[in-house]
Amino acid sequence: MRQLKSLLMALTLVLFTSTSFAATLDDVKARGMLKCGSNTGLAGFGLPNDAGVWEGIDVDVCRAVAAAVFGDATKVEFVPTTSKVRFTVLQSGEIDMLSRNTTWTLQRDVELGLEFVGVNYYDGQGFMVPASLGVSSASELDGASVCIQVGTTTEMNLADYFSANGMSYEAVPVETNSEADAAYTAGRCDVYTTDASGLYASRAGYPDPSAHVVLPEIVSKEPLGPSVRHGDGAWADIVRWSLNAMIIAEEKGITSSNVDEMKNSKDPEVLRLLGVAQVGDTGAGYGQWLGLSDDWAYQIIKQVGNYSESFEKHIGPNTPINIQRGLNALYKDGGILYAPPFR
Amino acid sequence: MSSIVYSNKFLIWSKKNLFSSWINTLLTVLSIYFIYEVSVFFLDWAVFKADFLTNFRGERIIDRTFCSKNIEPGSYGACWAIIHVRFYQFMYGFYPAAEVWRVNLVFFLLPFALVAIFFDKVPFRKYLLYFTLAFPFIAFYLLYGGPSLTTVGTNKWGGLLVTLFLGVTGIALAFPLSIALALGRRSNMPIISLLCVIFIEFIRGVPLITLLFTANVMLPLFLPDGVSPDNLLRALVAVTLFQSAYMAEAIRGGLQAIPRGQIEAARSMGLTYWQSTRKIVLPQALRISIPPIVNTSIGLFKDTSLVLIIGLFDLLGIGRAALADMTWTKLYYEVYVFVAIVFFIFCFAMSRYSLYLEKKLKTDNSS
Amino acid sequence: MQNNFLRKLIFDEKIRSIVIQTLVIGFFALLVYSISQTTAYNLEKRGIGTGFEFLGMSAGYDISFSLIDFTSKDTHLRAYYVGVLNTLLVSICGIFLATILGFLVGIIRLSSNWLFRNIAYVYVEFTRNVPVLLQIILWYSILIHLPKIKKAIQFFEYFYLSNRGLYSPAPIFKEGFSVVTWSFILAIIFSFFLRKFLKNKQNQTGKQFPIFSIMSAIIIFTPVVFFYIMGMPLEFEHPILKGFNFKGGMVIRPEFAGMLLGLSIYTAAFISETVRSGIIAVSKGQREASQALGLKSSLVMRLIVIPQALRVIIPPLTSQYLNLTKNSSLGIAIGYSDLVHGFGGISLNQTGKAIEIMLIVMVTYLIMSLTISVLMNFYNRMVQFKGNA
Repeated sequence: MRQLKSLLMALTLVLFTSTSFAATLDDVKARGMLKCGSNTGLAGFGLPNDAGVWEGIDVDVCRAVAAAVFGDATKVEFVPTTSKVRFTVLQSGEIDMLSRNTTWTLQRDVELGLEFVGVNYYDGQGFMVPASLGVSSASELDGASVCIQVGTTTEMNLADYFSANGMSYEAVPVETNSEADAAYTAGRCDVYTTDASGLYASRAGYPDPSAHVVLPEIVSKEPLGPSVRHGDGAWADIVRWSLNAMIIAEEKGITSSNVDEMKNSKDPEVLRLLGVAQVGDTGAGYGQWLGLSDDWAYQIIKQVGNYSESFEKHIGPNTPINIQRGLNALYKDGGILYAPPFR
Repeated sequence: MSSIVYSNKFLIWSKKNLFSSWINTLLTVLSIYFIYEVSVFFLDWAVFKADFLTNFRGERIIDRTFCSKNIEPGSYGACWAIIHVRFYQFMYGFYPAAEVWRVNLVFFLLPFALVAIFFDKVPFRKYLLYFTLAFPFIAFYLLYGGPSLTTVGTNKWGGLLVTLFLGVTGIALAFPLSIALALGRRSNMPIISLLCVIFIEFIRGVPLITLLFTANVMLPLFLPDGVSPDNLLRALVAVTLFQSAYMAEAIRGGLQAIPRGQIEAARSMGLTYWQSTRKIVLPQALRISIPPIVNTSIGLFKDTSLVLIIGLFDLLGIGRAALADMTWTKLYYEVYVFVAIVFFIFCFAMSRYSLYLEKKLKTDNSS
Repeated sequence: MQNNFLRKLIFDEKIRSIVIQTLVIGFFALLVYSISQTTAYNLEKRGIGTGFEFLGMSAGYDISFSLIDFTSKDTHLRAYYVGVLNTLLVSICGIFLATILGFLVGIIRLSSNWLFRNIAYVYVEFTRNVPVLLQIILWYSILIHLPKIKKAIQFFEYFYLSNRGLYSPAPIFKEGFSVVTWSFILAIIFSFFLRKFLKNKQNQTGKQFPIFSIMSAIIIFTPVVFFYIMGMPLEFEHPILKGFNFKGGMVIRPEFAGMLLGLSIYTAAFISETVRSGIIAVSKGQREASQALGLKSSLVMRLIVIPQALRVIIPPLTSQYLNLTKNSSLGIAIGYSDLVHGFGGISLNQTGKAIEIMLIVMVTYLIMSLTISVLMNFYNRMVQFKGNA
């Protein structure tokens, strides 16, 4: 039995690439590359630009983890995943983490064997309609045809919203974002529903963005965040605190351009974050708890930037996506973004 | 003088084939009208009123809004610029441009590897056959990389490259497997024959897409820790198994056509099962079953387009990706017609070849 | 002693075959055991639960294209039924259309008119050498770029064609319509008995009856008469553009129409080839002999050629039907809610039970394939028997 297994392994290893589950951090280090599941293409969140470089706030989280582990944010290989295969790809160990606008839910966290480590974008499901329809509220959508991208919580929220309001609709289920765009712009459906962020991103790509409006109703809570496989707590911690480091950096006003000056800050939390302070008198910084070097958070901020920088660069009001901070502002600024203290 | 004979011949022919009765004459007139309308419509669209790289104003087309049909609402010609702009992707997918000579070299060598299999009267056939045997390794080394060539992961492959890779490799790998299955199904050993029957009928009873899903989603679950074949390899596994079942049935047809007496004669002369199978049965059976094998291969070649559903970018997948780009999204006729023509060229050539073989078999047998 | 045993092992066919088979079984058992062990281990390691309880849980999503009522509160099991029914619907309609078109084209391919038969030839070569998936996607693209709903093309007064489908009046059956239905069924049964009776009579006396005309007259006129007797218990509900969509009436959705067009036009090309070769296989002598007997050419076709050709046609026809049914699984590419798209896609996503769901889907297709094979074999035997009698 064992021999057969090792024979099979030996045979297949010749042809196939190898991954393992044991300790993800060791695997990643041994490989010299972080494998990160990204979207197949969602502007502002994860999309290759003309030069083929992935850009977006989701892929920035992957870069942050790579910066923390290797001190080099470019050591990431992005594996585009559809919403259908994203969980199996993570479960099977093909990728080390998943960061592609995925909603944190009980079932995914518990039953599907994932572990969500935080939220990098507070989203909610919205509706987009052509401005020419003259609709100003989702409650006027009785009898409409609705394009839904399947394989998400979207179809469930949609069903719940319409039945709760006693309205009927025709569901037009499509597989990918771009198919939904095609069906919606062709007029196959009146409404396109997905996470509001996705609607903004799609709209930015339309020939005439101003001809479409996103309705004010947000019908669901969609906390989007990175996830890892269940059962490797140490690795989950690394991803979790990489994200937290970006948020704390914004809170403390540390940016990629002033991070070197901030090493002289008087704020003890900043000093802990940037790897200047030591844990007690151990002679080592806070990196040791995560199994990383002490400057891991410094590298994140230096190479990727803080949360606000990432947001403004990819989806903020000065980009074609044009999303306000809203819920995603820090708790101090009226939003709900809140990272645990760094100590 | 000769032209009169010809025109006479033509008259006799047309009298017989086009105007033999009033119903026939009516059909001829209707057919001519139909052919005229369709070809005028199509040629106008595809050639005469079409934009190739520039529109009617002479501007270079960089996106759909510059197509003539978008500037002039009345015109309806095709806008082939999309094919030009995305031609690289249609051929190679996302293969790095610096390394693309490797793909071109493989495309160039492929006919040489195939010609010795397809035709038996080729100069230097013996040496070409050695080349054919070595070709898979050469091609894999060139495409994927290895010593002294940089690795190009299969996630960068796409377009015609993926279509041909899945088609050719799937058929080549399925061939030995299908011989084993066909022999196994006809074996005297009940258990082996049962296993082969179950395998063949199971594969033939379910759609390819379910096999692709299974390979894509579940293969990693079935394999031990640390082994995870990449997406293209998974699709290749599914495609190979699928093709081997259909090919096995084609070969079984050939095996059934071998008279029992020949096998018995061979056995009574003291040949073992393997000797008689290898020397007497298989050569004849394979010869008979090549036309149906080619037919299933055409089927498989077309079915490779299904891999777009599991997220691979074959020729059709690249076409869909081009249409997903909002700058081109309305040019679906252009993209699909182009992809259809490429598939047609390959499949039609194969079906002509299978017809040629069938004819050859018939004349060989009657002589 | 031992030498003898070895010799037997190698040269005695019976023993050798037993040894080989035992080895094969052993290998397979080991393989299956190893795979199931690894799978169980992998599932546990990844914290994926197994079991079929999810079938009873509510699906949580809506399927608009369904033959039975389905809302988001129904179970995954019911979503499965919806998928099976939709797969069957498009397969059966497709088989029906493809058969008609295929026979038609097959016969045209044998027309004595050179131009006419070559038009059919071009159609056959073009459709069967292009992937069916591409054809389905192309048809769907054409259909969703039809005029938008507000600019729907109106024809025959109550029919509307738009990119959301073809809307037509829906029949509303009022009280008393069941009488008409029953009269129709009874007329069919009666006319078949009549046919048997007349055939017998024809065989005994040699007198010919216009059986076909009599049968059609009975089948058509009986329900019409009853329809008037019952006071025309049928009304039509017309589609009316209201709000976002047409209300009332019936609709053929572009997803369904795209599947149907793609599948049937593709399969018809293959069917036409089997029909053509089946007809060619009936020897020319037979045709000439029956013509010499003075039979009209339409009768030669119906009485001599087709019954014999059917014997050759049915086995390859069966495999075309099987192919069409399997190809109906491509609905996922254009959003047709078939078994693979709905249950095998959305339910799989919601529950994450990949192994269980793919198993159910595959077994369902196996059962469908088996059923078609059995039915066609049965029909084949009927045809063969008739031909030989």
